[in-house]
Amino acid sequence: MKRLALFGGIYNNCRALEAALADARRRNADDIYCLGDLGAFGPCPDRVYPLLREHGVQCIQGNYDNSLAGGLADCQCGYTDPRDNYFARISYSYTFKNTSEENKAWLRTLPATLRLEVEGRRVLLCHGSPRKMNEFLWESTSPDCFLEYLLDQSNADIVCATHTGIKWHRTLPRNRHFINVGVLGRPENDGRTNVWYTLLSLDRAEVEVEFIPVEYDFHALASDMELEGLPEEFIETIMTGWWTTCLEVLPHKERARGKY
Amino acid sequence: MNFPEIVLSHLDNLWFQVSGTLCNIACAHCFNNSGPNVRAFGFLDADRVRSEIEYASRAGVKEIFFTGGEPFLHPELLDMLSFALEHAPTTVLTNGMLINDRLAERLAQIERSARYSLEVRVSLDGYTEEMNDAIRGRGVFRQTLAAIARLSRQGLLPLVTIVRTWSDDEELATLAAFADTLRAAGYERPRIKVLPSLPLGRELERKAGTPRDELLSGEMLEGFDRDLLMCSNSRIVTDRGIWVCPLLVLMPDARLGMDLAHARTSYRLAHNACVTCYRYGTICGNVSALIEGPGAQSDGSAVKQS
Repeated sequence: MKRLALFGGIYNNCRALEAALADARRRNADDIYCLGDLGAFGPCPDRVYPLLREHGVQCIQGNYDNSLAGGLADCQCGYTDPRDNYFARISYSYTFKNTSEENKAWLRTLPATLRLEVEGRRVLLCHGSPRKMNEFLWESTSPDCFLEYLLDQSNADIVCATHTGIKWHRTLPRNRHFINVGVLGRPENDGRTNVWYTLLSLDRAEVEVEFIPVEYDFHALASDMELEGLPEEFIETIMTGWWTTCLEVLPHKERARGKY
Repeated sequence: MNFPEIVLSHLDNLWFQVSGTLCNIACAHCFNNSGPNVRAFGFLDADRVRSEIEYASRAGVKEIFFTGGEPFLHPELLDMLSFALEHAPTTVLTNGMLINDRLAERLAQIERSARYSLEVRVSLDGYTEEMNDAIRGRGVFRQTLAAIARLSRQGLLPLVTIVRTWSDDEELATLAAFADTLRAAGYERPRIKVLPSLPLGRELERKAGTPRDELLSGEMLEGFDRDLLMCSNSRIVTDRGIWVCPLLVLMPDARLGMDLAHARTSYRLAHNACVTCYRYGTICGNVSALIEGPGAQSDGSAVKQS
């Protein structure tokens, strides 16, 4: 039996990261991975990196990391709504300015995907989708047939991604799986303040996917955000669990479950 | 001229011109000249739609779209939407005018019972009656707002599209005013998608000054992400065969074959409209596929942070 702890976007939330690392250790995870987007949204980006190194977390590049590493002008989420763009720019400029050159250089060294062979299964870790770092794979807009195509194309039995910010899992024929591991960076638009990571347990016979809720000191995070002058709208999300910005990419079902 | 040639990398988006060019209104900017009694393209046969969906599903399709004309003129549209939703997330593009209480309720039922998202995309062209009806016809604004409110009351969140007819510095104020208009009409959580105007069909005649010589060249596509071009990931089924994309249905050279299985050939980008995807990404999708995002330049290149 092998146990992998899979973290999605951290979005500068070092407090949730600390809590998730402790939780994963407690559950005896053999390895810990982060599927990218270390920065965004939250305060003090450079606090995240020492934690990742200290705990030997293996990371891949998300679109945010790719932008920071390459000095691009935006996060590559592809927003067209002017309000979404306004907030996306604040978040990106802040993270860009407050990420050290050393950490940007490190982001440059991260791979776009990771392939693992675990207990005879081929596992692919990616950020958005196996074919594109910034492709959104939502539960309600990722049909079975399309997921099977992606798994065929990437020669994988299990594909794990993040990027959207909301966890989900689909079991496909022949015991293949697609897993969106969720994110540690912000709650998932359900009115609850906790965040999520995924514990993937594998042996020769079984694949077990467990979503782990992570409680952390979100009040302290909100204070950090306030001190850093981040927008009230971002703080509201941390305090309430409802998304307030960058909503245009949500498909109908996911949007309808939220408050805004 | 040496036009760039685009290969279908994968059929992500399957479109149906389900009601052909038949529409209950005739907008001044319509890109495929749809209108009442315009029979350039006719209704699609429901069995044909089902068999193409089955083919696309086997090929791993990601999303399905129904457009026209006005799709709700087709008597079997609801059955087709239900069938499509068994296979993939589905969007219907409508002017909303035919959506009465009964239809709004049926759409909400279909949405609730589906595994995948149903998007109802309703078109408007201004946030005042005056602006909108100048383009879409008298009375259209009120009827469309009423339909949006009906959908909203049923728990649906229609995606309201609006064609950009204002300057960049008016953008925030215009969209805020538009959202206020929708809220006042009873749509509390408006979702708005802005579209560029297209140099096609009636719009080309309406704006006589639109440059007709804007075409894509091989050099322009060097280093450009071709996945942003709709022809690399989409096809549209009409009653007269398969076209490369919804925008080019009036162009005979953009017809690729009789059915999807025979329409996987590559396509040479020889039309003005092809510049649209290059500039704005795949605008026909519900979410922009513009990888460079808001920082993208009009020439499509990524911008560096200074």
